[in-house]
Amino acid sequence: MTLRRLVRPLLYLLLLLLAVFYLLPVYVLLVTGLKSFAEVNLQTMWNLPSGLHLDNFREAFDKLWPHLKNSLLLTLPAAGLSAALGSLNGYVFSKWRFPGADRIFGLILFGMFIPYQSILIPLVQFINSIGLYGGLPGLILVHIIYGIPITTLIFRNYYATLPTEIVEAGRIDGAGLLGIYRWLLFPLSLPGFVVVLIWQFTSIWNEFLFAIILTNPSHWPVTVALNNLAGSQIVEWNVQMAGALLAALPTLVVYVVLGRYFLRGLMAGALKG
Amino acid sequence: MRRTRERLLAVALVSPSILAIAIFVYGFIGWSARVSLSAWQGLLPNYAWVGLANYAQLLRDRRFQIDMRNTAIFTGLFLAACLLLGLLLAILLDQRLKGEGLFRSVFLFPMAISFIVTGVAWRWLMNPATGTRLSGLNLLFHNLGLDGLVSAWHTTPPPWGIAFIVLPAVWQMSGFTMALYLAGIRGISDELREAARVDGANELQIYRHIVLPQLQPVTLSAVIVLGHISLKIFDLIVAISGKDIRLDVPSIYMWTITFDANNFARGAAIGIFMLVAVSLLIVPYLSFSGRTEEGT
Repeated sequence: MTLRRLVRPLLYLLLLLLAVFYLLPVYVLLVTGLKSFAEVNLQTMWNLPSGLHLDNFREAFDKLWPHLKNSLLLTLPAAGLSAALGSLNGYVFSKWRFPGADRIFGLILFGMFIPYQSILIPLVQFINSIGLYGGLPGLILVHIIYGIPITTLIFRNYYATLPTEIVEAGRIDGAGLLGIYRWLLFPLSLPGFVVVLIWQFTSIWNEFLFAIILTNPSHWPVTVALNNLAGSQIVEWNVQMAGALLAALPTLVVYVVLGRYFLRGLMAGALKG
Repeated sequence: MRRTRERLLAVALVSPSILAIAIFVYGFIGWSARVSLSAWQGLLPNYAWVGLANYAQLLRDRRFQIDMRNTAIFTGLFLAACLLLGLLLAILLDQRLKGEGLFRSVFLFPMAISFIVTGVAWRWLMNPATGTRLSGLNLLFHNLGLDGLVSAWHTTPPPWGIAFIVLPAVWQMSGFTMALYLAGIRGISDELREAARVDGANELQIYRHIVLPQLQPVTLSAVIVLGHISLKIFDLIVAISGKDIRLDVPSIYMWTITFDANNFARGAAIGIFMLVAVSLLIVPYLSFSGRTEEGT
């Protein structure tokens, strides 16, 4: 018991120190972002700002707004469509397992792990040949297709937790494949949709490789624009910091509000891969 | 009759997805492999057959040797650090302390942001400037009187510069191993641990002899997921150091040789090489978990 009393404060101390490590970059991003241009100085980067100044955020916002908009126009339809597709696939792969379904599912799953460098050259050629190179529709298509493995996996695992009796009951009542989905499974799918939508929203918003290769500068999503900002010699580091915070904000808000579901998506890829 | 029709409808429903994966994953891999066996250098495709020449060249290529060394150092340190830190965090959070949920959120939030954002923040934290231009973590260490910790970070001479990229990578991904381990620990029945306690085992012994052995499947999952991320690492390094050759990895080489230098044949060879490396890790795992799933 005495040992416990001694150990507890030590555990807290350790946890607090570790928490400081995780929050350090956020602290720097925040205090730098909130300084006035006059106070920004690399040598005083750990000091608190003298007040709440929005100069950095304003300038970063001006530079990044078109790209934040691109990211929204990219992420929302891509996440929505790939969730819808994943739901239908997951339904079939969990409740209507045709001969060979499991083997095919395994082959689909492999697509989740491949390094995209191994398909990049044909992909660029293909997107170019159908006239979608440079803009957002091509990138949306690519995210939907390469999102099929993870969205199918999450929905398949989710529907597997729903009793098969639902399907049997639907059949007895005369409903077919689509009717059972529409009237019985779909209304129960909300948790699955939340997990998949959050997962796809976060990964597509944060994605960089496809975006930098398939879009031209006016259609860059925010990750590419931010990287460009950070590589530029002209843009001050304080504006870069504010920009990083702006680019991270949407997914952070989703995480804070719906973290539980975010965690579930995270585990889905690992535990039942 | 109706059953058969429904079956066909089920197949029809998923066939667009199956077709898309067949083309965009397997077809494109085949196409890439074909390009890697060709003489395609320049903007116009040239499928003239050169056999394995591009691969042979790659293995002799000094830059690719640096890439492989960097990937090996990065992957080894990244995996070890994520597993150890994740396990430590999970055990700490398992002590049923107040504020557990808050701490968990703090350790996990970096997972929600992009490697680019992480890179932008950390490139200023790992600013290697010296003397009066000291800043970032070096300045913090100096102010705290810890001058011994002042470092050149990722600009440390090769081969160890890449080791410092592990720091932001672990900052971002260790919450993931924490979440996996915590779920694993909580999945072990309390009765088992209680029984060990009754038998006189102390907390350390319980972790050592009861909890850790049961976490092996979790470690395997974590190694698979983190391993394939690490073999493909790209955005984080680009955001921190651009195309600095000292921190080069296959993904960056592939990008520059293909889209800057238009050497498509070599770029394809690097891509296929990466695919083989990742497959060595993934395929045994996928076929194994596929088999156990069918058994249940």
